[in-house]
Amino acid sequence: MTEALVHRFIPNSSPGMREAMLAEIGVDSVDRIYEEIPAGLRFEGKLDLPHAPMSEADVGRLVSAALERDRTAAEYLSFLGAGCYDHYSPALLGEVMGRSEFLTAYTGTEVTDHGRFMAMFEYQSMMGDLLEMDVVGSAVYDGATASGDALQMASRVTGRRQLVLPELIDPDRFRVMLNYLDPWFDVVRVKHEPATGIIDLADLRAKVSERTAAVYLENPGYLGVVETQAAEISRIAHAKGALLIAGVNPTSLGVLAPPGQYDCDIACGDGQSLGLPMACGGTRLGILACKNEDRFTRALPMLMVGILRTSVPGERAYTSHALFHRIFYGTREAARSISGTSAFLMAIGAGVYMALLGPRGMRDLGATNMQRAGYAMAHLNKLPGVRAPVFAAPHFNEFLVDFSATGRSVADINQALLQKGILGGKDVSVEFPEFGQVALYCVTETRTQAEIDWLVHVLAEVL
Amino acid sequence: MVKTFEPGVEAERMTRYGEIDTGYRAPRWHETTLYEQSRPGTVNQILPSIEPELAAETTGIVDTLPAAARRAVPPALPEVSEPEILRHYIRCSQMTFGYDSGSNVGVGTCTMKYSPRLNEEIARLPKLRDLHPLEPEAALQGVLELMYGLRNWLRELAGMDEVTFQPRGGGHGAYTDALMIRAHHRARNQNHRDEMITCAVSHPCNPAAAAAAGFRVISLYPDPVTGEIGIEALRAAISPRTAGIMVTAPYDTGVFDSKIAEYARLVHDAGGVVSLDQANFNGVMTRMRAGDLGADMVHFNLHKTFSTPHGSYGPGACAVAVKEGFVPFLPVPLLRFDGESYHLDHDLPLSIGKVGTFLGMVPNVVKAYAYVLAMGQDGLRAASEWAVINNNYLIRKLLEVRGLAISYPNRRKLQEARFTLRKLFEDTGVTTTDFNYRLADFGVATYFESHVPRIIDEPVTPEPTEGQSKRDLDRFIAAFHQISAEAYREPEIVKTAPHRCIVRREVHDYRSLTEVPFTWRVWRRMHGDGQPG
Repeated sequence: MTEALVHRFIPNSSPGMREAMLAEIGVDSVDRIYEEIPAGLRFEGKLDLPHAPMSEADVGRLVSAALERDRTAAEYLSFLGAGCYDHYSPALLGEVMGRSEFLTAYTGTEVTDHGRFMAMFEYQSMMGDLLEMDVVGSAVYDGATASGDALQMASRVTGRRQLVLPELIDPDRFRVMLNYLDPWFDVVRVKHEPATGIIDLADLRAKVSERTAAVYLENPGYLGVVETQAAEISRIAHAKGALLIAGVNPTSLGVLAPPGQYDCDIACGDGQSLGLPMACGGTRLGILACKNEDRFTRALPMLMVGILRTSVPGERAYTSHALFHRIFYGTREAARSISGTSAFLMAIGAGVYMALLGPRGMRDLGATNMQRAGYAMAHLNKLPGVRAPVFAAPHFNEFLVDFSATGRSVADINQALLQKGILGGKDVSVEFPEFGQVALYCVTETRTQAEIDWLVHVLAEVL
Repeated sequence: MVKTFEPGVEAERMTRYGEIDTGYRAPRWHETTLYEQSRPGTVNQILPSIEPELAAETTGIVDTLPAAARRAVPPALPEVSEPEILRHYIRCSQMTFGYDSGSNVGVGTCTMKYSPRLNEEIARLPKLRDLHPLEPEAALQGVLELMYGLRNWLRELAGMDEVTFQPRGGGHGAYTDALMIRAHHRARNQNHRDEMITCAVSHPCNPAAAAAAGFRVISLYPDPVTGEIGIEALRAAISPRTAGIMVTAPYDTGVFDSKIAEYARLVHDAGGVVSLDQANFNGVMTRMRAGDLGADMVHFNLHKTFSTPHGSYGPGACAVAVKEGFVPFLPVPLLRFDGESYHLDHDLPLSIGKVGTFLGMVPNVVKAYAYVLAMGQDGLRAASEWAVINNNYLIRKLLEVRGLAISYPNRRKLQEARFTLRKLFEDTGVTTTDFNYRLADFGVATYFESHVPRIIDEPVTPEPTEGQSKRDLDRFIAAFHQISAEAYREPEIVKTAPHRCIVRREVHDYRSLTEVPFTWRVWRRMHGDGQPG
């Protein structure tokens, strides 16, 4: 039956081609070739999946109909963030990321994919300027895997096994990191100051030692707090010969100190916030960067696009092919890296975003996010029984709202908000029970004053 | 100063071989980086404006940051207008050889196939694009239904019981497998099992993933005649310390190891776990099932076999399918269906936990769903058959090329094959890399040579897939004939190739990576602004 199947994705499936090509090969049936699979292992049954191919129109209708059942964050009024952010996505991103050549290229070389590697070099360069770091890798899977890679790198560079991590990090991200660290490393958690949410320096000093490979900080942290002591934390780590790793949100770096400003050794983060779609949390961009020292660069477990010369004086080759020895394509198990196909298309999109915004736009973006979040905190804090933010510290675009004094649970309040078409902040009372009934609210440049006012109004009603 | 044209460079790059007709000349712009096009003060108005009242209330909020926490110097990003930025990226895309750009037969192990554009439209639908992963499950029923649908189909195709979409790519899938194998042995107090067996012609992500999870790797080499590991070699490698085996089927050589079910039995008898890498699934869909072979777990690359597409090197996506006994170890959340609605189950006490954020590469899972729907079981079977027919046609024709031979010649190959240009190299001094650079002059994608270790000299590993026409294959074959003839007649043509591409080949004369600029800020320090070095 499949002998006659003509399929729109298979050019040679038009009538007569199969016989002609099998004749060239010298077999009467493709089954002769499949005899390479031992008889007992060849599957000849029917599977429980649709048998016949489906037309483009029918596939489109069916899949769209299923998706119609979703209600998107855009159809609600959403204050969800916690690692997936609703930022404005400039029209050019869609145009560039949709270009067939970028969409469908894969490996390529400097002579065939000059433009793609140039775009990747520019992404690395712009990210480097945003971070003030000299070496930026092409891409890893997402922010969580980038953190894991950064921790592994630090241990390889220093030859030490202990990693010092703050208490207040995203528990899901921490679980990813733990997988990257097991069974190689020990993790020590450092306390935060109860009032401000920033790292407790006395506790940090007590825990950092000559055994410490790196101190990892997040700026802003999972709960939106700006780590204002990054420079001091950096000095404490370096005094013991440990490295400083900073996990950052790139949209904050127009206003917040970039990692390079506090002598950070390895920076990591997630680039989805750079105008890339939320896409239900999928298709993200892991950022990894380091100082331009051979010991760091050699440990970067990913592709990097650099400029090499060619045989023509003055000509640049944008290339990643010289550098395979650091990853599994070059050295298999010795590399111990696990990043293969990662997120180049996302990096190209993030590059378009940074280029469009430029230095002024990145500053405005950072400032607007802080302002809108600041406005929301101030007005939420006026509600009876509501405290926002929980921590007395600068925040970027996320903050904890404490509802404990209302006598209501976050789950209960979020349910009431949902009835009014509002997605309240992420309920983190389960992750951090010590803070009571708290929710993590996110306000980006896309939330208007009227929308924030509406949230406050509805909360006043439902509380 | 912005330099738009460099006559000296242009004259230097032309060689007398550039006029040999290859039927193609790469599009080449004299395109500088955005940094070299920057004009200070250029601003694009992109972001939402801020309301006067909100601005008044919050002005100066940035100044409340302590100085040390504030950015001291604005980022040195390029300042370029919107139309110029678009034109720059359009030119960059034109200087990129995508799957759709021309004949794309050569990239073995990568499964370059057509990516349906409907699926790109679907991924751009607001109903998918604007979903937040932390929305209530009730708001995500549509997308979860599609993911669960693909889960059901992959169970069937794999002959397995459960599926996760948490891994982000093939290497990450192998890593997920390695973590589950580790968790399995720990749960049974078998911590001494610290050795993972793999094959040297399995994808390098298998040994790398095993090593990353803490295993010592034992690599078995294929028999030079059969291309298989062989029972005796495996027996010798198995010990009480064996944690499992991680192998690719078919291998990257196109050989299907006929003993694979026996390997699975041997490893199981020794208390180990069997993980199958089906990055090369494209030639065997509906023809074999990993579960029937005795595998405990298998991974599929959705950006390869299921067309999602390759995205310049990601975002990819991976599905790992497992047998019942390994369900407890799967990463969370797990998709569940109770007959009425879909749920995200985070409550797996023995789970390896998280390997990445949120729900996985959701848009690509939806694209893969749409792909399977468009193909159906019959279409998938036909696609595999055509991947195999196209490959065997290619083999038949390429073996007529002077200086080229195939590895394991007594074996029929499935979706790809590894050739060797050893004879051509011995006769002419032309290497496979020279040959490949010359191929780029012909408007066909350059081929994949080989993963390491290179047990075949001067390797060539094409994989035509079902997505290429006979005309595409013939174009590739004709280019091979012409290049071989050039190598025997005037090897300089090939050794100095390419001649009709965007740039000449790179020169590796750096001593340390610190001499290679990976960002413009380093380039500028080395060379000054916009001046080619």
